[in-house]
Amino acid sequence: MTPLEITDRLKAKLGDKVVDAKIDGVPDPFVKIAPGAILDAALLLRNDAEMEFDFLMCLSGVDNGKGILGVVYHLYSMTNRHKITVKIDIPVAEPAVPSVSSVWAGADWHEREAFDMFGMTFTGHPDHRRILLPEDYPGHPLRKDFKVPEFYQGMKVPY
Amino acid sequence: MGLLDKQFNNSNVIITSIDGLLNWARLSSLWQMQFGLACCAIEMMAAAASHYDFDRFGVIPRATPRQSDVMIVAGTVTLKMASRVKRLYDQMSEPRYVISMGSCSNCGGPYWEHGYHVLKGVDRVIPVDVYVPGCPPRPEALMEGLIKLQEKIRNESLVRKTA
Repeated sequence: MTPLEITDRLKAKLGDKVVDAKIDGVPDPFVKIAPGAILDAALLLRNDAEMEFDFLMCLSGVDNGKGILGVVYHLYSMTNRHKITVKIDIPVAEPAVPSVSSVWAGADWHEREAFDMFGMTFTGHPDHRRILLPEDYPGHPLRKDFKVPEFYQGMKVPY
Repeated sequence: MGLLDKQFNNSNVIITSIDGLLNWARLSSLWQMQFGLACCAIEMMAAAASHYDFDRFGVIPRATPRQSDVMIVAGTVTLKMASRVKRLYDQMSEPRYVISMGSCSNCGGPYWEHGYHVLKGVDRVIPVDVYVPGCPPRPEALMEGLIKLQEKIRNESLVRKTA
């Protein structure tokens, strides 16, 4: 399926939960989905016989600035050999996203990393902890408003 | 010929100072704490392998700090690792030495400005004897660092601690 067909199919099934889509003029055509509907969309994308996205290539966190965080899902179908990018925007004030680790098991560590770096929480995640930084690290370092702490456990951090 | 002369020749007596004996023993068997933190560890492994052969200097990797004399900090010391490095150093018995290998371990390396998770130099948690520059240093460079440490130990004295 082409990205346009995939987008149309998602729009037909999910209605106004598909917020935005950009197919032309971008290297990775993407569909933007309402954050609350990401789990429904994920199940649809994986289970629909014509789409059958059986592989989550990558899950990334983004800080778009102006108080908007994002999560980006790069999907690929091994059986149908097509791909699509799914994006969601979430407010930094209430950064809760439904976890898709029940749909693609590979999302488990990716979501932990996104939480570690950007601080959005993935509701329903089986093991919601930091994955790289120590548990007591102050803040989420890839946020645009992040300031490097002066000291961590008595050790000076800046150069 | 004097009496003393003959006596020494026939009975395998070697005369040296206590300092000289201890220093010679210490610098000839620097057992190394076996751990690596990043890409520098690859070069350290190459230095320990047959081509560069650290074993000829008496450097043998040990799996426990309690049997080690020298800690080669080979790689990026993250904040998470720094407390572990300090604990390992504390568990080593004296006399103990530290070689800081590579730019990361010397001063933070490429992470010096934006490395929110990197300790800017392992000398912020443990004392360092020899710094080996490079990113990563070639095995020859690490070897020179080791020889520098040996020179340092050779000039040590029981009454005057230098290293």
